[in-house]
Amino acid sequence: MNVRVQEQDFDISAELAAMRSDNPKIGAIASFVGVVRDINEGDSVATMTLEHYPGMTEKAIGEIIDQACGRWEVLDALVIHRVGTLKPTDQIVLVIVASTHRGDAFAACEFIMDYLKTQAPFWKKEETPQGARWVDARVADDQAAERWRSRGKS
Amino acid sequence: MITLLYFARLREALGTGREELVLPSSVATLGALRQHLAQRGEAWAQEMAVERNLRAAVNQDIARPDTAVKDGDEIAFFPPVTGG
Repeated sequence: MNVRVQEQDFDISAELAAMRSDNPKIGAIASFVGVVRDINEGDSVATMTLEHYPGMTEKAIGEIIDQACGRWEVLDALVIHRVGTLKPTDQIVLVIVASTHRGDAFAACEFIMDYLKTQAPFWKKEETPQGARWVDARVADDQAAERWRSRGKS
Repeated sequence: MITLLYFARLREALGTGREELVLPSSVATLGALRQHLAQRGEAWAQEMAVERNLRAAVNQDIARPDTAVKDGDEIAFFPPVTGG
């Protein structure tokens, strides 16, 4: 299990290869990449700056991974989240989960991403033609995380 | 002394990201600390007001208004998170 918060970009291919070669029991790997969009709330976004809480952010993501490990069979997991200034088409976040079979890998990957969006201390500030603005937390993200509470092991 | 941290929009509105503070003897919980900080003047009153949707952490764990605070703690206030 591995958590990295960094300014530099990541290479999903290299990360997948590293995880795969580590453990011959792995039969399925699910991954998710979050990308900066050029439009948010109807306005064009020139750049976005991500801030985090050093120490707590890594700890919070580690706890989310631990929860996923308690619900599904997770052989390995990796989360990389970028901070600093990013532009549309840049990668922001990578989640990779390895398991014996695909069901657990898919579910744990989605769970980690949904919880990361509502629990991990990151904040986005967007530069738009109307000026800079902090992104508001979305109700839809809270609902996405909430549905895991009423959903059993799938 | 406690260490206070402020992040994102809150850091900009308050004009500071970090400070050391002697914990007043009357303050034993996070909620009381927030009320204490709200008495510092205009921006503080506005940002720390109860109706503002703020999150907080004590020693890097998400905390609630009734969470105990004590000398030596690292206490952070921040807006709802927007990562991913």
